[in-house]
Amino acid sequence: MGSLLFLAVIVGTLPAQAHVEGDMAGGLTAGLWHPISGLDHVLAMVAVGLWGAQLGKPAVWTLPVAFPLVMAFGAFMGLMGIGLPGVEIGIAVSGIALGAMVLAEAKPPLWFAAALVGLFAIFHGHAHGTELPEDASGVLYSIGFVTATGCLHGCGIAIGLVHRWPVGRIVLRAAGAVVATGGCLFLWRAVA
Amino acid sequence: MTTVLIGGCASTQAHLVNTGLGPFYDGVLHLVLSPDEMLGVAGMALLAGLGGAQFGRIALFTLPLAWLAGSMLGMTGRINLVFPAATGLALLIIGMLVAWDRALPPSMKPVIPAVFGLFMGLMNGAAATAGSLRMSGLIGVAATVFVLVALLAAFTVWLAGRPPWTRIVVRVAGSWIAAIGLLLTGWALR
Repeated sequence: MGSLLFLAVIVGTLPAQAHVEGDMAGGLTAGLWHPISGLDHVLAMVAVGLWGAQLGKPAVWTLPVAFPLVMAFGAFMGLMGIGLPGVEIGIAVSGIALGAMVLAEAKPPLWFAAALVGLFAIFHGHAHGTELPEDASGVLYSIGFVTATGCLHGCGIAIGLVHRWPVGRIVLRAAGAVVATGGCLFLWRAVA
Repeated sequence: MTTVLIGGCASTQAHLVNTGLGPFYDGVLHLVLSPDEMLGVAGMALLAGLGGAQFGRIALFTLPLAWLAGSMLGMTGRINLVFPAATGLALLIIGMLVAWDRALPPSMKPVIPAVFGLFMGLMNGAAATAGSLRMSGLIGVAATVFVLVALLAAFTVWLAGRPPWTRIVVRVAGSWIAAIGLLLTGWALR
């Protein structure tokens, strides 16, 4: 009888539900996933890190500080319904331009590099802003979104550390060519 | 007997804000489970840490006290600063100050954590009125703010004194907080 009672308690008790809130966890996951779900975004984000590594100090630090802010501004515009013409074309051109900069190992003045990266960040941010899910937790989605974007930059900078070796410089320039080629493909898709 | 047990066993719902340990710990958990408020505390601690040990000490005592005072005011319902974009704007400003990393005038050092704490506390107090958090819960919130600022500001003071790139890491964290604040603002206003 005792063991039967024990079995009844075990079987009858449903599992404890000790989760915070389903949609909150979903918000964080969706935010983390969104920036890495599109190859066009990934290529551009990583290219920013690669270019920053080529440019050296202080650009390697300035760009990752400025980019999330400007991209968030673009997302803010998208959220507020402020239109931006040619977003997809702008994103594709960002891949071409940033890839070309890495390929050419271009070293323009810091203000120009920051302005160029900032301009493209607005296009990327705007696209993200208009695609945000309605039902997710805003704060956790935003945390995930910014963290994923920052980590993509971090990946680019980490890869860009090979710049200190002669072979690494060639590898970086080849990576720039890949990014630029990808940008051309995305531009073709956006225009066609 | 068995039928009664099987039929009577309902699912266990562990509501995380209700710790069962009393309102003080409910307050502790309320803050820990509020990512926007945690980000605000983190941003303020980073700013204080970047400003050096003295600013850190000022923020350590000013922020929790102002937070508690604001919460008490908010609970009365006489001052209502709750508007949709409030938290986002607060995070944007505090994150921008961290990312900017400029030396603040000495007169501003007690003012910034006091104003920020009052503002966040007012919103917290309004939420506490709507929930079940009472005075001891608010003390729990303020105590958690104290501990978080103590740990994070001290770590930032140590970090900022290292090679230059470690200071940049703190600034990047500030830019992330500002970006999250801007996104939250847009999210709230859309």
